[in-house]
Amino acid sequence: MENITANKVLDTSGLNCPLPVLKTKKALEDMQSGEILEVIATDPGSKADIPAFCQRTGNELVKMVEEGDRILFYIKKK
Amino acid sequence: MSKERLAIIASKGTLDMAYPPLIIGSTAASLGVDTAIFFTFYGLNIVHKEKIHSLKLAPLGNPAMPMSFPPSVEKSFPPVKIIESIFPGPPQIMGIIPGMTDFMTSMMKKTMKDKGVASIPELIELCKEAGVKLIPCQMTMEVFGYKYEDLIDGLEPPGGAATLIDYVTQAEKPMMLFI
Repeated sequence: MENITANKVLDTSGLNCPLPVLKTKKALEDMQSGEILEVIATDPGSKADIPAFCQRTGNELVKMVEEGDRILFYIKKK
Repeated sequence: MSKERLAIIASKGTLDMAYPPLIIGSTAASLGVDTAIFFTFYGLNIVHKEKIHSLKLAPLGNPAMPMSFPPSVEKSFPPVKIIESIFPGPPQIMGIIPGMTDFMTSMMKKTMKDKGVASIPELIELCKEAGVKLIPCQMTMEVFGYKYEDLIDGLEPPGGAATLIDYVTQAEKPMMLFI
């Protein structure tokens, strides 16, 4: 669990609702099942929104880490 | 048969009220909910080719208006912070001054941009990408004298109340939102 290697990184720094969720959805579209997407966000609302998006769409939120102002999400594609 | 369908009625044509239907609509579609936005009355301006770029925010008659200056303005011209501490937003009476609506509109647009919120034309594109059906209200088009060509590309054919009700009730879980 300590070392998650992401297959793709999406940086949404500076973007606000609803862009982090919409861009996450788009980024997942061209990935293979089981691959990991790393999402970097600075929007505090994404702390609630990205997990809600994952729960709704069935993609697994493997890990969520807060690093100062940044929040990192690791999402495994369904 | 679709499981869930969301119909949003966008009835307001001010800059601030154009955001909620587009944000909720694009997000709902991204979360797998079949979504349609029905643009009616002043909301039709949100999908008008020219008016989409000139949606405005009126300070007059809007008691929620007190807003700070955009972060980029505060940064480049710090004295505005003193103005803000005396007048937290323009006094209502200033709304009658010509140009005040345009000024507040540009301040709002700037704040949105500084805060990383998408613009209205960008949100429309995101809605289209997410597969949101954008339906212009036929009756409003007649009333306002808008032709289908006056509206932006990528819209569904004009429809009426029945079109919308029929769309949403075809799902197991119909949802409707009036904005």
